[in-house]
Amino acid sequence: MSTTTMEPQGPRPSRITPARIGVYAFLVVSAAFFLLPLYVMLITSIKPMAEIRLGNLFSFPLAPTIEPWIKAWTYACTGVNCDGIKVGFLNSFRILVPSVIVSIALGATIGYALSFWRPRGANFLFAVLLLGAFIPYQVFLYPLVRMLSTVGLYNSLPGIVVVHTIFGLPLMTLLFRNFYAGIPIDLFKAARVDGGGFWAIFFRLMLPLSTPIIIVAVILQVTGIWNDFLFGLIFAGRENFPMTVELNNVVNTTTGEREYNVNMAATILTALVPLIVYFVSGRWFVRGIAAGAVKG
Amino acid sequence: MATVSIRELEIDFGTLRVLQTLNLDIKEGEFIVLLGPSGCGKSTLLNAVAGLLDVTAGQIWIGGKNVTWEEPKDRGIGMVFQSYALYPRMTVKGNLSFGLKMAKTPHDEIEKRVAKAAKILQIEPLLGRRPSELSGGQRQRVAIGRALVRDVDVFLFDEPLSNLDAKLRTELRVEIKRLHHELGSTMIYVTHDQIEALTLADRIAVMNGGVIQQLASPKEIYRRPVNRFVAGFVGSPGMNFVDGTLALGGGAPGFVLSDGTRLDISGYEFSGDPKDGQPATIGIRPEQIELKEKAEDATILPIHLNLVEPMGADSLVWGHVSGTQFAVRIDGDDHVATPATVDAFFSPSQASIFDKAGGARL
Repeated sequence: MSTTTMEPQGPRPSRITPARIGVYAFLVVSAAFFLLPLYVMLITSIKPMAEIRLGNLFSFPLAPTIEPWIKAWTYACTGVNCDGIKVGFLNSFRILVPSVIVSIALGATIGYALSFWRPRGANFLFAVLLLGAFIPYQVFLYPLVRMLSTVGLYNSLPGIVVVHTIFGLPLMTLLFRNFYAGIPIDLFKAARVDGGGFWAIFFRLMLPLSTPIIIVAVILQVTGIWNDFLFGLIFAGRENFPMTVELNNVVNTTTGEREYNVNMAATILTALVPLIVYFVSGRWFVRGIAAGAVKG
Repeated sequence: MATVSIRELEIDFGTLRVLQTLNLDIKEGEFIVLLGPSGCGKSTLLNAVAGLLDVTAGQIWIGGKNVTWEEPKDRGIGMVFQSYALYPRMTVKGNLSFGLKMAKTPHDEIEKRVAKAAKILQIEPLLGRRPSELSGGQRQRVAIGRALVRDVDVFLFDEPLSNLDAKLRTELRVEIKRLHHELGSTMIYVTHDQIEALTLADRIAVMNGGVIQQLASPKEIYRRPVNRFVAGFVGSPGMNFVDGTLALGGGAPGFVLSDGTRLDISGYEFSGDPKDGQPATIGIRPEQIELKEKAEDATILPIHLNLVEPMGADSLVWGHVSGTQFAVRIDGDDHVATPATVDAFFSPSQASIFDKAGGARL
């Protein structure tokens, strides 16, 4: 039996078509487009200033140094203080942790209540909440400043946590409400017949089911709140400026020449948290979004 | 064990009335089946008894207590769902003990009751498994067990077998019947499957359009349906209906088909108020027709046969009577030549006659 007349059997042999080559070419080009800035930043951040002055943006450092990283972290100047951006890093964490926990806890609870307990006016409430998500932030800024200063929370850590919670709530509620809408109502009914109350059903039945959507919520909130600049600048107060604001201050504080390597190092340090979140959770993120999509 | 009494119950969903002034009294230890097509309100009624739905008007009494405003857990009921509704993140044991934990039952009492329920339902080897590791039949057993451990007075079943394949359905049906015999609990069972209804029920409530059409024993429902809807809904293949008019004036009472054939219906017990010349529908079940020999009180029915459907134990012969489709059930071993026009026989006392306009039994 010659190979030319072979009957089709087993897996069909794969062939490389021009279309496939085109797809790969496109993917490689786009990957390079997004990776190039990162490469330049990394390279620049480990070059001494003497090499940067030469202007060879893409060339590899001849004498690599980690001095810019140490300076960025510990003693770069942000305005009058020269403590590096580690202060901002800590501040960002102090803002991030309570904001993420509180906004997700509230969003999950409200989403659960709206989905299963259907209080009177639930749909109206939900509509208002969603509407809130579409109004530009700028509209809220001044009233919020007045409101927070009235209750003594302006320029404080609890103040910025409250702001992040409020602005995170529409999306968190939407996320959890839609997730819970996909859970069969019979499950809830069975738990009611079994004597479960509002909190018992929430903690023992619904939360253990919510792992995928909680992970999605954590990713959204961590990256969103970490990257926030505006709220941090306005509501946190000088003591609690988050890392993004401190980064801006580092970059804008110049005495003598502009230290590109320190600026690059500080920027990478600031971007590190969202970067790690994406790398670690990418798989979960896709799974959570897909699960949410399938379950409606 | 407890009585269940539904009094003047009304339920609206928005402007849609789902249940209309419904009354139903269920005796202690009785097995009631709510039977009806989808959308007839049977599941709504069950949910209302469970306390999972607010009623618009009326009362629900369980065990001599008005529970209309009570929480589900305070009604002494256990419920089994079509979708099983097992708690996915808990083991079988966790599922069984959830209700007891909610009721703050002492630990050793929980162990005892779970062990007992597991034994009755033969799910002891499965106690450590998650619901996702169980087959459909095993899941439904666990779901029944969840009601069992709580020692409830009234079991509510919401189409519990509809998600199972035919073989398992038959097995579990028998098991539910056995369970009822052993426990003696009151059971309310919702289904659209008439076989389940006929085999399980002490009494069947046939529902349509939010109204109980007939509440009677399976035999009564099958033999003497009160209206055309019940007659057509119960039985498979369905009852044959042929339109005609009553001929009561002079001599033996007769039923005149539209093609002019006159059927002698002496022996039929009228329950309504029949009038001479009234348009009516006669209903005869496929197995009430005899093709071979004529019984003593039987009436001749000319029928044109054209198709045989062998079904193993018996065969269905399809044909026409006075232009209307008609089915006859014969023994599987009997042979019938088709097409052919033959004289078939039926006993008027077994037939049903309905008013053509209103559908009520005459």
